[in-house]
Amino acid sequence: MNEICQCSIRELRRRVVEKEVSACEISRSFLDRIEQADHHTRAFLTVEADQLLEDAARLDKKIASGQLKDGLLAGVPLAIKDNIVIQGMRTSCASRVLENYIPPYDATAIQRLRAEGAIFLGKTNCDEFAMGSSNENSAYFATKNPWNLEFVPGGSSGGSAAAVAAREAPGALGSETGGSIRQPAAFCGVVGLKPTYGRVSRFGLVAFASSLDQIGPLAQTVDDTALLLQVLAGPDNRDSTCSTRQPDDYLGGINEDVKGFKIGLPKEWFGSGLFSQIEEKLREAIAKLEGLGCEIVEVSLPHTEHAMAVYCIIAFAEASSNLARYDGVRYGSRSPEYEDLATMFRRTRSEGFGEEVKRRIMLGTYVLSAGYYDAYFLKASKVRTLLKSDYLRAFEQVDFLLGPTTPSLPFKIGEKVSDPLQMYLSDIYTAPANLVGVPGLSMPCGYSTDGLPVGLQIQASHFEEAKLLRLAYALEQELAIQQPDLPFD
Amino acid sequence: MSSITVEQVKKIAELAHLQFSPEELKRFIPQFQEILDYIAQLDDVSTENVEVTYHVLESASWSASMREDQEEPSLPVETVLKNAPDSAEGHFRVPAVLEE
Repeated sequence: MNEICQCSIRELRRRVVEKEVSACEISRSFLDRIEQADHHTRAFLTVEADQLLEDAARLDKKIASGQLKDGLLAGVPLAIKDNIVIQGMRTSCASRVLENYIPPYDATAIQRLRAEGAIFLGKTNCDEFAMGSSNENSAYFATKNPWNLEFVPGGSSGGSAAAVAAREAPGALGSETGGSIRQPAAFCGVVGLKPTYGRVSRFGLVAFASSLDQIGPLAQTVDDTALLLQVLAGPDNRDSTCSTRQPDDYLGGINEDVKGFKIGLPKEWFGSGLFSQIEEKLREAIAKLEGLGCEIVEVSLPHTEHAMAVYCIIAFAEASSNLARYDGVRYGSRSPEYEDLATMFRRTRSEGFGEEVKRRIMLGTYVLSAGYYDAYFLKASKVRTLLKSDYLRAFEQVDFLLGPTTPSLPFKIGEKVSDPLQMYLSDIYTAPANLVGVPGLSMPCGYSTDGLPVGLQIQASHFEEAKLLRLAYALEQELAIQQPDLPFD
Repeated sequence: MSSITVEQVKKIAELAHLQFSPEELKRFIPQFQEILDYIAQLDDVSTENVEVTYHVLESASWSASMREDQEEPSLPVETVLKNAPDSAEGHFRVPAVLEE
């Protein structure tokens, strides 16, 4: 692998602005790497080499003429999950129904990245419409875990996580509804951040569950994650759920001391369901944090056991409503055979959606239907309030919550496909943060005896990303994890 | 705990504009039931006098705000129609809705 592909985003940017290397050279290095690694990982759905090199050449001209020297991502090529729209680049959401969709506009997140000089390698695979925890729900193919190609990379942002882990991209965007950034980040041994709900605009993110969805970055290091968030975060007139609050400085204080921080270990996260090797690695990391002067206390989030039930009801209900738009009229595919409007809708949707998407639309329609609304959707929305109260109470006592990202290590491809409920339970430690809206970060904290990555999760109070990244940075430095070689290198 | 019937599933499918083959239904109904049994655990949670949360930003001071509704240029019609499965004369085309 070219040495360029092992550089951090920050280092790539430095080399570009100091004219040590051109944006074109960087892009070509990553295209070569994709050529070499992607038939193993299958992280990308679409790679737009010509467009990338054209954009890189344009950037190089700008840099030569002294423009863009302040661009935080000058010349950095990124991978984008296939549910975030880039003008002119096919965005399928890994679904048949959007097989030929060419977005006529950029997502706000994409515009912000472009404004800082980023360019785009292509679109990464995911579970169809971001519904899944293994990437096996992609309508096209399953992405593989770069550390062991028989295992899943996690999901739904599995393509983004695998691309970063295999160094096919220095950084990527993913999206979360119940853990879709953090869980694949944990499975692939990279850093993934789900920002506070409303911190990053959702304009141009194809909607799954609008009260839960957030775009967030994946990268090799905490510092690069902070850099990407700095660019992504901020108000947006085109998303009324985007916070009007200005972003903090995520980079300035990232290497400051963490002495005196109070870290809560929710006792519900360390129960019998947690795999022993994950707990072992977590305990080692917790000891390091104590060594840095953090105070470790036990806390309780008593409604945790109900979080997945609440999540299923709310996420599926919102999904059933959001996915009503795929009717074969304005965009997407249309079934070739129909007699009238009703059969056109029905055939288009039944042929265009995969099994998991249909299952969620059905369950969502059920919990919202007359006679069941109160028992399911209303009830879940009240238990969501109880979950929120748990969190607010915990954050009165501590600065952070820390625990596992996932209850188990990556599982084998095919292992859970026939058991949807077991698949949903992969998100048991991540989905509460989406329901409550707080930021959560997953970072590597070691490798299992079989060489699979172990993820550690830190959550902080709403809009406390700066503090969260500071703790993660300190822990990353202290752990100094040595990555093993990838099996195909 | 209620159990779901084939008739109910068909009714829901109709509401959601979906259709299933008999084989699909056979596989789908037990999974549907298992998930419904799982989410039924919320029956045991007391929510008396608990407010609903539909949106996490709603009640807080850092909430999102509504902007002035100002007219701005939108995408050209031709551009938007490029993604339509069928269009004519600047419109989306669908099967006839009204009888002649």
